[in-house]
Amino acid sequence: MTATRPPAVLCEGMTHRFGDHVAVDHLDLVVEQGGVVGLLGPNGAGKTTTIRVLNTLLPLQAGHVTVLGVDVAADPMAVRRMIGYVPQQLSIEAALTGRENVALFARLFDIPRRERRARVEEVLDAMELQESAGRLAGTYSGGMVRRLELAQALVNRPSLLILDEPTVGLDPIARDSVWERVREMRETYGTSVLLTTHYMEEADVLCDRIALLHRGRLRAEGTPADLKASVGADATLEDVFRHFTGGSLDEPGTGGLAGVRSTRRTARRVG
Amino acid sequence: MSAVPAAPRAASADRLPADRLRSWRTGPSRLVTFCLVELQKLRHDPSELLTRSIQPVLWLVIFGQTFSRLHAIPTGQVNYLDYLAPGIIAQSGMFVAIFYGIQIIWERDAGILAKLLVTPTPRVALVAGKSFAATVRALAQVVVVLVVSALLGVVFTLNPLKLLGAAVAVALGTVFFACLSMTIAGLVMTRDRLMGIGQAITMPLFFASNALYPIALMPAWLRGLARINPLSYEVGALRGLLIGTPTSLALDYAVLLVAAVLGVLASSRLLSRLAR
Repeated sequence: MTATRPPAVLCEGMTHRFGDHVAVDHLDLVVEQGGVVGLLGPNGAGKTTTIRVLNTLLPLQAGHVTVLGVDVAADPMAVRRMIGYVPQQLSIEAALTGRENVALFARLFDIPRRERRARVEEVLDAMELQESAGRLAGTYSGGMVRRLELAQALVNRPSLLILDEPTVGLDPIARDSVWERVREMRETYGTSVLLTTHYMEEADVLCDRIALLHRGRLRAEGTPADLKASVGADATLEDVFRHFTGGSLDEPGTGGLAGVRSTRRTARRVG
Repeated sequence: MSAVPAAPRAASADRLPADRLRSWRTGPSRLVTFCLVELQKLRHDPSELLTRSIQPVLWLVIFGQTFSRLHAIPTGQVNYLDYLAPGIIAQSGMFVAIFYGIQIIWERDAGILAKLLVTPTPRVALVAGKSFAATVRALAQVVVVLVVSALLGVVFTLNPLKLLGAAVAVALGTVFFACLSMTIAGLVMTRDRLMGIGQAITMPLFFASNALYPIALMPAWLRGLARINPLSYEVGALRGLLIGTPTSLALDYAVLLVAAVLGVLASSRLLSRLAR
C-alpha cells in the first residue's frame, strides 16, 4: 500500500464540446476517496456531460481525468470495473424479475459464478428488495426501481458510485430511502459518491462537498456550510445557487432539451 | 466498521496474465449472458412466439397450398409446399431479427444501453451478444414454423447433424439481419425512422431472394439483388439440409459467416453514436 491514496475522481482542465457548443469548460474537480460530492447547476450546466466523460460514455476531448488513479482515456475498461453508474432515467429491464436484473449486471461485471448468487442476494437485501425480487421489474414502483438500479450498480462493489439525479420524480419517502442507502454504502464500504441533483435539500444533507456548475464552468466549490457562509449569514443553498448562477433556476441550455425531456418522462413514469 | 472496504483495484500498470485471460473470455461470456437474458424474457412472456407465427403460417397455408396446386412455379421434383417451407422458416427468423434495432433504440432512450456500455463489455461483444440473443428468439420462432410445416405435410430430414446445420444457418442469418437493423439504428437514431425503414426493407429482402421462387425465374436486375442477399444463401442452406435440394453448402455458409462478421463490425462501430 502506498502512502497516498489517489482521489476517486480527479479532473484537470476537462473540456467537452458538442460541435460549437462548449458543454464543459476547463473543469477542475476532485472527489476524495470516501467523499460524497454533489454537482449542482441549472439545466445545461454540464453536469451530465461531466458524468458521461467520467464513466467513459463520452471520449475525453481535452484535459486530464483519472478515476482512482486510472486515466479514463488510457484504460476505460479498468475504469468501468471500478464504478457503479445509475443514469437519470429509470432504466431497468421491465420484462425481467428484479433478481434477474441484478444477476445480469453481476455477469456483466464478471463476478465469478461461485460468488454470484450470494452477491446478488446481498445487494437485494441491502436495498430491501428481497420480497419483491421474484416479481417482474415492470410491476415495481418508482422508488423500488431506483433501489433496484442501486442494487445493479452496487453488485460489483464499486469504489466509486456515480448517480445522475438519483431522486428525480420520487416521493419524499422513496427519496429518503435512496439517501439512506447511499449513506450506508459509504459507511459500510467506503464507497465514494459523485451525484448530480436539482434538489438543494438533497445536496445539503447528502454531500460533504458541492461543486456548482453554470454554463460549463465551475462557479463555486466547497462544503455546504462554507458555501452558505460565503454568500451571507443565514444564507441557504438556494441563495448560494442564485448567487452563482445569476438567479436563473432554469437555463434554456443548448443541447439540454433531450435531458429535460427524459427527466420529464421519468417523472411521468414514476407518477 | 466490520465490512471490508472496497479496495481500489489494480491499475492499468500491473496488468496480470489473469487479466488478459479475462479479456479473452469476455466475448463468449457476454454472448452467453445476453442469450440467457433473452431466454428469461421468453420464459416470462412467450405470447410473442404465437403472434409472430401467424404470418408465416398464413404464407404456408394460403400461399403455399394454393401454389402447390397451381404448379405455377417450377421447382423440379420437389412439391412447392416443401420448396416454400425453408424459405418461410428463414423469413420468420429474419422478421424477428430486423426489428432488433428498435430494441436497441428503446434501450438507449430508457438509459439501459448507457448502463450496459459502462460495464466492462467491449462494443463488439455487446453487439455480438445482442445479435446472438436475437438468434435465441429466432430459433424459438423457427421451431414453431417447423412444426406447423410438418403438420401441413412437409417432410423434413430427421438427421440430427443436418438439423444442427440448419440451426447454424438460421443463427448466422439472424446475426446478420439483427446487426443490419442495429447498424441502421446507429444511423437514423430514432424509433420512428427505424420502424419506417424496417417496414420498407423487410419485404424487398424477402422478395429479392429465393425464398418464394427460384432465382432463375427472376428478371436479370432482381437476380443480381437476390445473389447479394444473404437471405438467399440462408434459404439455400436450409433447403439443401432440410429438403435435400442441391446447393453449395460451403458457399452458403461462407457468405453467411462473412455477412455476420461484417454486420457485427459495422454495428459495433456505430454503437458509440447511440451512447451519446
